[in-house]
Amino acid sequence: MLIRKPADIRPSEITSETNYLNRRDFLRAGAIAGGSMIAGAAGAAVIPDTRQALLSGVKKSVFSTDEEANSYEDITTYNNFYEFGTGKSDPYRNAQDFKPRPWSIEVSGHAEKTGIFDFEDFIKPFDLEERIYRMRCVEAWSMVIPWVGISLADVIKHLQPTSKAKFIAFETLNDAEQMPGLRRRSLDWPYREGLTMAEATNPLPILAVGIYGKTIPNQNGAPIRLVVPWKYGFKGIKSIVKINFTSSRPRTSWNMAAPNEYGFYANVNPNVSHPRWSQARERRIGSGIFADKQETLMFNGYGEQVADLYKGLDLRRNY
Amino acid sequence: MNTLQQIRFVWKPLVFLLCLLPAALVVTDAAGLTGTLGANPVEEILDRFGNWGLRFIMITLAITPLRRASGWNWLSRFRRMLGLFTFFYVLMHFTTWVVLDRDLRLSEIVEDLTERPFVLIGFSALLILTALAATSFTAIRRRMGQHWQTLHNAVYAAAILGAWHYWWQVKKDIAEPLIYAAILAGLLGARIIWHLARSRKRHQVARPAQ
Repeated sequence: MLIRKPADIRPSEITSETNYLNRRDFLRAGAIAGGSMIAGAAGAAVIPDTRQALLSGVKKSVFSTDEEANSYEDITTYNNFYEFGTGKSDPYRNAQDFKPRPWSIEVSGHAEKTGIFDFEDFIKPFDLEERIYRMRCVEAWSMVIPWVGISLADVIKHLQPTSKAKFIAFETLNDAEQMPGLRRRSLDWPYREGLTMAEATNPLPILAVGIYGKTIPNQNGAPIRLVVPWKYGFKGIKSIVKINFTSSRPRTSWNMAAPNEYGFYANVNPNVSHPRWSQARERRIGSGIFADKQETLMFNGYGEQVADLYKGLDLRRNY
Repeated sequence: MNTLQQIRFVWKPLVFLLCLLPAALVVTDAAGLTGTLGANPVEEILDRFGNWGLRFIMITLAITPLRRASGWNWLSRFRRMLGLFTFFYVLMHFTTWVVLDRDLRLSEIVEDLTERPFVLIGFSALLILTALAATSFTAIRRRMGQHWQTLHNAVYAAAILGAWHYWWQVKKDIAEPLIYAAILAGLLGARIIWHLARSRKRHQVARPAQ
C-alpha cells in the first residue's frame, strides 16, 4: 500500500497546552537521549511506573494533527471505560486505586514470538512517539488527544506473525477486584477487540502508553491501550493483557452486545447512521454550550491513509 | 392563618422554589458558580432535564397513592403544580435537544422524529403533557366536566412513554431506566390494586340488594 502523508501537517506548530508541555518534554528528551547515547542504549522506550511521570525520548510524528488538543482535564475525566462503571465520570472516580503494575501481556496464536511478556520488556524495543489524533466516539462526540505510544505495526513486525495470522485480537484485564464495573454484566467480559492484519499494520494505529507526555492515567487504559484513529473510540481497547494472532475474525465486545448497532469494522462514517442517532455531525468536547456540532469526516479525516484498505468493501453493510 | 391559607401562602411557594432548584442549578453550574456541567455540557443539560422530567412525573403520580395510604388529603393541593413542573422539565429537555443538540436544524429534527422511534416516543409524551398543561386551569377544568378526567388519564400513557424513551435511549446499561420502570410499575400497580379492591367492595355491597 502506498503511504501518503497528510497535506495539513505542521508538526512544528502545536498550540496551547500541548506546546507548553512538549517544550519541556523536548528539552528533557534531548538531554536524556544525549545521555543514553553515551551509554549506548538509544531508542529504548522506558515507562516509569509512577503516576503522571514524564515520558522521555518521545519523538514527533508526521501523523499528528495541528488541531487544538483537548484539555488534560477533559481527556481524563470524560471516559467510556465500562470496567469502571458506565457513567462518563465513573472511570475517573473508580480507577484511582487501579494498579497498572506489575503488568504482563500474553501473546499467543500464529506468531513466532509468543509467550507472556513483562510490560517493560514488551515495550522496550520500540520508539515512543507523540501522535496527536482526533478521537471520534460512536456516541457522536469527539476530542483531540496528544497520545504517546508505540507503532502497532512495529510491534507486529517484532512479534513475527505467520502467514496464517489474518486478524489480531486483544483482551482487557478482567479483574473484578480492581474494576468494580465488572461486577455488573453490562457487557460480556472480558472486553474484546480486534483488527484485520492489514488494518493493524497500517502506520496509524498505536499502542498508547501516555497522554500529554506523561504516563497514561488509569481511566484512559493504563498501562497500555490501542488507538485506531479512523475507527470509533470503542475499538480502542484499554488495559490490554492479551494479544492473539488468529486466522478467523475475532469476536468483539460491542458487536457481541448489539450486532445491528456496532460492527466489526466500526470505521467512522458520517453516511451510515447508528440506529438511534445520526453520525453526520459530532460535538467537539470543549467547544462550549452554544457551539454547533461539526461535520464528521469519512474515516475521521484519515481517508488518505486508510481508504485503500476498504476498496471494494460495501461500507454500508460492513459498518 | 388557617390550614388552607398556610398551604397557599407558605408551603406552595416553598415547594415551588424547591422544584425550580434543579433548573437553577443547571444555570449556576453552567456559570461555574455551584459546580460544573463537565466536559460535555450539552449532554449533561439534556440528561438533567430529561431525568427531572421523569422524576417529576413519578412524584406527581405518587401523590394519590400516598394520600390514600396516609389520609393526608392536603397532598392533592400540590398535584397540579408538580404536574406542571413535569411539563416544564420535559419541555426544557425538548428545547435543549432542538436548540443546543440539533442546532435548530429542521432536517435533523425531522430525520430523528421519523427514523428513530425512541425520539418519536419521547415527543409523543411531550405532546400529551402539553395537552394536560393547557387544560390545567381551573376554569377550563370546570368547563370540560367529565371529559377533563378522561383526558388527564393520559398522564399514565405519558409516564410509560417517558420511561420507555429513556430505556431505549441508553447504550447498554439499563440499570437506571429499570429503576424508573420499577417505580412506575409500582405506582400503576397500586392504582390497579386499589381499583380492584374498590370494585369488589362495591360488588359486595350491591349483592344483598339483588
